[in-house]
Amino acid sequence: MIRVLPYGMLPLAPILVLALTAASVLLLVSLFRKSGREAGILALVGTLMAGAITIRFLQLGLFLRRVSGALVLDRFALLFSLLFLATAAVTILASISFVIGEGKDLGEYFVLILTSVLGMILMASSENLLVIFLGLEILSLSLYTLAGFTRDREKSVEAALKYFLLGAFSTAFILYGVALLYGATRSIDLQGIVRVFSVPLDAAIDSRAFVGMGLVLVGFAFKVGAVPFHFWIPDVYQGAPTPVAGFMAAGTKTAALAMILRVFLVGFQGPRVVASWVSILTLLAIATMTVGNVVALAQTNIKRMLAYSSVAHAGYLMVGVIVSSDRGSRQGALSAIAYYLAGYIFMNLGAFTVVSLLGRRAAEEEEGYSLYDYSGLARRQPVLAALMTAFMLSLTGIPPMAGFLGKFFLFRAAVDGRFYLLAIVGVLNSVIGACYYLRVVVHMYMKEASTAEPGPTLTVSETLSLAACLFFTLYLGLLPRGFLEMARSLL
Amino acid sequence: MPVSGVSYLPILIFLAVAILFPVVSLLLARVVRPSNYSRAKMDPYECGVETQGEPRQRYSIHYYVIAVLFVVFDVETIFLFPWAVKYRALGLFGFVEMLVFLAILVIGYLYAWKKGALEWV
Repeated sequence: MIRVLPYGMLPLAPILVLALTAASVLLLVSLFRKSGREAGILALVGTLMAGAITIRFLQLGLFLRRVSGALVLDRFALLFSLLFLATAAVTILASISFVIGEGKDLGEYFVLILTSVLGMILMASSENLLVIFLGLEILSLSLYTLAGFTRDREKSVEAALKYFLLGAFSTAFILYGVALLYGATRSIDLQGIVRVFSVPLDAAIDSRAFVGMGLVLVGFAFKVGAVPFHFWIPDVYQGAPTPVAGFMAAGTKTAALAMILRVFLVGFQGPRVVASWVSILTLLAIATMTVGNVVALAQTNIKRMLAYSSVAHAGYLMVGVIVSSDRGSRQGALSAIAYYLAGYIFMNLGAFTVVSLLGRRAAEEEEGYSLYDYSGLARRQPVLAALMTAFMLSLTGIPPMAGFLGKFFLFRAAVDGRFYLLAIVGVLNSVIGACYYLRVVVHMYMKEASTAEPGPTLTVSETLSLAACLFFTLYLGLLPRGFLEMARSLL
Repeated sequence: MPVSGVSYLPILIFLAVAILFPVVSLLLARVVRPSNYSRAKMDPYECGVETQGEPRQRYSIHYYVIAVLFVVFDVETIFLFPWAVKYRALGLFGFVEMLVFLAILVIGYLYAWKKGALEWV
């Protein structure tokens, strides 16, 4: 009677591969005293293996409805797992030289990246609020440590502490909300919650359920970086090591969005309930887009600018969440969100990698991250300047890049669902966004260089990560059909 | 539909009493008591030998590492105990699950050991 890993559990394979890789890397750096390079390569191999298995499962349609009430490995979960694994693979490639260059050669960095991806996957593949919470904690604890990874830099430690305090605070909101929801509906399972919520418009719903939903919403807004709860983002992104900041901007945002989509579209349904959260999210989305873009205009530190830009992108994505509350436009909105995220991951990681490369040589912390350090970069570093231009154009939303089609699909879904206000605000904000993204390009190509020092030389792994970012930004922008085919009929 | 809130009434009363009791007694004492201040009365209470040097010293980080390791294995015991009680009912599945759990902990322990967390300097 061996029931250890029955055939039905096969869809767990990507998660298990990832967990085993994390454990092996930990042993590699401690027991066998291998360097960060070997640790990074093993972590990359494990991530790519898990990614390959996930793609195969998506193609075969190998899904699993429920694993002992804890996990739901459907198309949605697998597609988001793929996005997380892609984020991790690019981050690992971009970080190997950074980890070795920090002088301490700590392979633990890669273990933390792997465990945080494990947490992200759990967040996207569960309908049980406690399991989602568990995934969120696995992710967050790894990220707090990663934010303070360069612990001899004061800014990094400060970022880690701020992130930890605010993260723990917002997690408490979520947990209290879950407790109240359980009190109101007698269930921590989204399917159980939606059964209680699916009542006609005039029927009574326990008021504690609304308080619980509000608390969960606040916690989620913290995690995704929506506007009244976004204050930690620029400080943390600025202080954290740049590859980690890129990983947080791309990975955490995707994971938080997967969690929001799953919880709100599966759990918080029913006519009365939907009306209550759509109105709040609409306000949040408009505020997030506007504040993110307008404040980004005023930034001269490029890491802070990218942080506010990530706030703005969270706003665009929340438009997608609101549109998918409408049953008729749900499928269109969901595949638009997935596509937008896929493009965003690569263009964002690419931009952060370039920033990390240029900032690496700087001895002082602030130096190398100012916008003025990019003046005349086209003459000193033509390749890096061209790459940065490509990523900035994609973030703006200029046609051949993935960023354009992402915005196009998202706003078309909003128009189709007759959310005209959100579509108009979104498009107007994209115009504001163009100002600060293109300002970087102007500095690189049209300003005189402030220094004559040669820029950094790229290592093989960094070249590979930048090439992957550029390839996928262009590939998704030019040939979107393959990905959209995978992203159909989510949830 | 149950009238929610009624069952919480005793807690509310308790809360009110808990807040009122110290406030009222302190205010009452302030009115009633004589007030003769002297320097000795303002000193913080202290007994025993006078302290030598700065009391706020930095502790070795090793205390924290050892404490974390202790908590990890403390929690392990909490998980092991119910499994041991229900060993027959859980069968081979439970046995393998527990082995996986222990393996993860052992990897963490090996890591801490090799990184010198157990060496006292």
